[in-house]
Amino acid sequence: MATDHTYTHEKYAYQKYYVPEQSKWPIIATVGLGLTLFGVASIMVNSSQGESTGGSWLLFLVGSLIMAYMLFGWFGNVIRESRAGLYSPQMDRSFRWGMSWFIFSEVMFFAAFFGALFYARVFAVPWLGGEGDRGSSNLLWEGFQATWPLINTPDPVAYPPAKEVIGPWGLPLVNTILLVTSSLTVTIAHHALKAGHRGKLKFWLAATIALALGFVVVQAYEYVHAYKDLNLTLESGIYGTTFFMLTGFHGAHVILGTLMLIIMLVRVMKGHFTAEQHFGFEAASWYWHFVDVVWLMLFTFVYIL
Amino acid sequence: MSAVIDTHAGEHHHGPAKGITRWLFTTNHKDIGTMYLVFSFAMFLFGGSMAMVIRAELFQPGLQIVDPEFFNQMTTMHGLIMVFGAVMPAFVGLANWMLPMMVGAPDMALPRMNNWSFWLLPCAFLILASTLFMSGGAPNFGWTFYAPLSTTYGPPSTTFFIFAVHIMGISSIMGAINVIATILNLRAPGMTLMKMPLFVWTWLITAFLLIAVMPVLAGVVTMMLMDINFGTSFFDASGGGDPVLFQHVFWFFGHPEVYIMILPAFGAVSHIIPAFSRKPLFGYASMVYAVGAIALLSFVVWAHHMFTVGIPIAGQLFFMYATMLIAVPTGVKVFNWVATMFRGALTFEAPMLFAVAFVILFTIGGFSGLMLAIAPADFQYHDTYFVVAHFHYVLVPGAIFGIFASAYFWLPKWTGHMYDETLAKTHFWLSFIGMNLAFFPMHFLGLAGMPRRIPDYALQFADFNMVSSIGAFMFGATQLLFLLIVVKCIRGGEQAPAKPWEGAEGLEWTLPSPPPYHSFQTPPEVK
Repeated sequence: MATDHTYTHEKYAYQKYYVPEQSKWPIIATVGLGLTLFGVASIMVNSSQGESTGGSWLLFLVGSLIMAYMLFGWFGNVIRESRAGLYSPQMDRSFRWGMSWFIFSEVMFFAAFFGALFYARVFAVPWLGGEGDRGSSNLLWEGFQATWPLINTPDPVAYPPAKEVIGPWGLPLVNTILLVTSSLTVTIAHHALKAGHRGKLKFWLAATIALALGFVVVQAYEYVHAYKDLNLTLESGIYGTTFFMLTGFHGAHVILGTLMLIIMLVRVMKGHFTAEQHFGFEAASWYWHFVDVVWLMLFTFVYIL
Repeated sequence: MSAVIDTHAGEHHHGPAKGITRWLFTTNHKDIGTMYLVFSFAMFLFGGSMAMVIRAELFQPGLQIVDPEFFNQMTTMHGLIMVFGAVMPAFVGLANWMLPMMVGAPDMALPRMNNWSFWLLPCAFLILASTLFMSGGAPNFGWTFYAPLSTTYGPPSTTFFIFAVHIMGISSIMGAINVIATILNLRAPGMTLMKMPLFVWTWLITAFLLIAVMPVLAGVVTMMLMDINFGTSFFDASGGGDPVLFQHVFWFFGHPEVYIMILPAFGAVSHIIPAFSRKPLFGYASMVYAVGAIALLSFVVWAHHMFTVGIPIAGQLFFMYATMLIAVPTGVKVFNWVATMFRGALTFEAPMLFAVAFVILFTIGGFSGLMLAIAPADFQYHDTYFVVAHFHYVLVPGAIFGIFASAYFWLPKWTGHMYDETLAKTHFWLSFIGMNLAFFPMHFLGLAGMPRRIPDYALQFADFNMVSSIGAFMFGATQLLFLLIVVKCIRGGEQAPAKPWEGAEGLEWTLPSPPPYHSFQTPPEVK
């Protein structure tokens, strides 16, 4: 089929709601996810106890392969159904609600880590330094100076200090520009899709992916620099902890978002999507904007302030 | 808006598939609802047997049955299994069964994801249960898993526990997304928001709470994972972190979580009381606003669990007053339930017995909650059996009686048979007496100073503990009767009409009992 089946008649649109018959994918997904996570947990526990982790890696790999098979199969199934015209506009709205609330759940996940950062900066570290009602905790590590970024931890043996932290106006600024630009280019691509300009769509979507990959490379370089040159690691105390966890989870989401965009490019190349019906593309671009907004928060609260 | 099954390409079946694949591959909201309910009851018995171990050990002072280390594993696993394995899945099961029928939809909005939400649960609890057999034993730090008990001092199995919680979280979030999409997108034409049945309203708000706080739970266990395995210092003051941070993040999840476990019960009771009072619900709109208010307030009261940890005085005052404020919308609800019964033509079938007990006993739990909300008084009550009494009063006659009431109310609809009323009433009275015997003395024990989570206690607490244990055994054994009643009802019994309760209202009663495999093939018109 060359184009997606679209519905124009309002009444007809409301009269179809596709309920799939049985599906094998959820149970495959359960087995895959269970094996993957059980494998990961076993790797962590066994290696911390100095035991062999070979079997755990096997579990993890088998689980991951099942997950990959499931993702291709399940999404492939949905794409085929969509292109066969089984999805009414009402179905489309279910997908929209689903994606919106999924992104909201992601926002709350990041909120937990931002909350940890704010709590450490505003309360925990100043209290350790002797400030306010909780100043008594200063007695634990006499002479500890509360600063932010916290370089010298209360116990420098357990948490060896970093030499310095990464300033905002070098690579992080470059990354900000890359990511904000990519948000712009994905929007241009979306407009091109809606206007039916396939060539323009391909170009701007590819440009978005290039910018995204650029971001990942710069971020990886920054991590290597932090670990090798600055001794800024996960173990450098609360600054390193919040820095790497926030930027790390963001980076993981960037990689996921980039994968989504790459798949969208492949689908565009194959001639998927129409000017009216292209929710897969829209979902990926929503996700991309979300990743961008999180970065702006990170750039402000982790790097600048 | 309406919704009809697509009859595309002759793939359409009118009944379930045969054999095990019916359950493994199903996309049907009734099959998935049934699996949730069966799983939940299995977990209820599993977690309940751990409670029996706890009460057996506490029957007399001294250590007689289990060693303290295993006792700690029992209290922890009992809490985790009851919260995440029994109560939450039971409500999701009820939602799966009832929401499509109540809003006039053919099924849930995202049926395949619905199946995945369910099957992740057995997977998660398999991992959690497997920790009982690991070296170092199962998690032993209480269901609240406070750092550093769960990080620096936790057993090696903590890492498995963390991933089990992640899987439960994924399941809950997907389930909640499905509920919201179904309610917002699949309502029958004419069913405006303020015409939605209250069970639908309470589940809409519950689903919002789930999506808002389950990721925060995922965040806090991830921080633990990193502290344990990768040397971060979220909860370690020697690296600039703070163990108190754990409690803030945990309770930001934990307090909305307790409303997640009670709001759907509020909704169900708001159907059952009008049905058996043969009167419409008093104050429908105020019920909706009250649930909304409770949900919003639940985000700004978390530190009332932490009064003794040493938060600043301004924080204590804020969280104390904010917590007390929740009594206002809750009071509105209790008033409305009582006003619904006032001058009604009341009968007391099993669902109504459980619902009336719910109103009275949940209110007792609410009042002890108010006592705990008073910061200076909480300094005395904190971590005593008074707290144990309080949350068991809101969870057992609150959440669990709400589930039993719902089960009896809708069993005729689900199975097409009437349950055995005499046995059901016996189940109610034995549960009612057993649970009050088990939990009421705990108030006195707590006020007298008995700390929670201990396997042994001072001699002056002996009598009340023995009473409590007898009540707990009675309550526990009674639940096997419930299993018998349900199995009997599934296998046969008096044929149930489409609407077995004369006062009941709602779209679900317009369908035959049992309802067709796909609930509403043609969307009903709601006037």
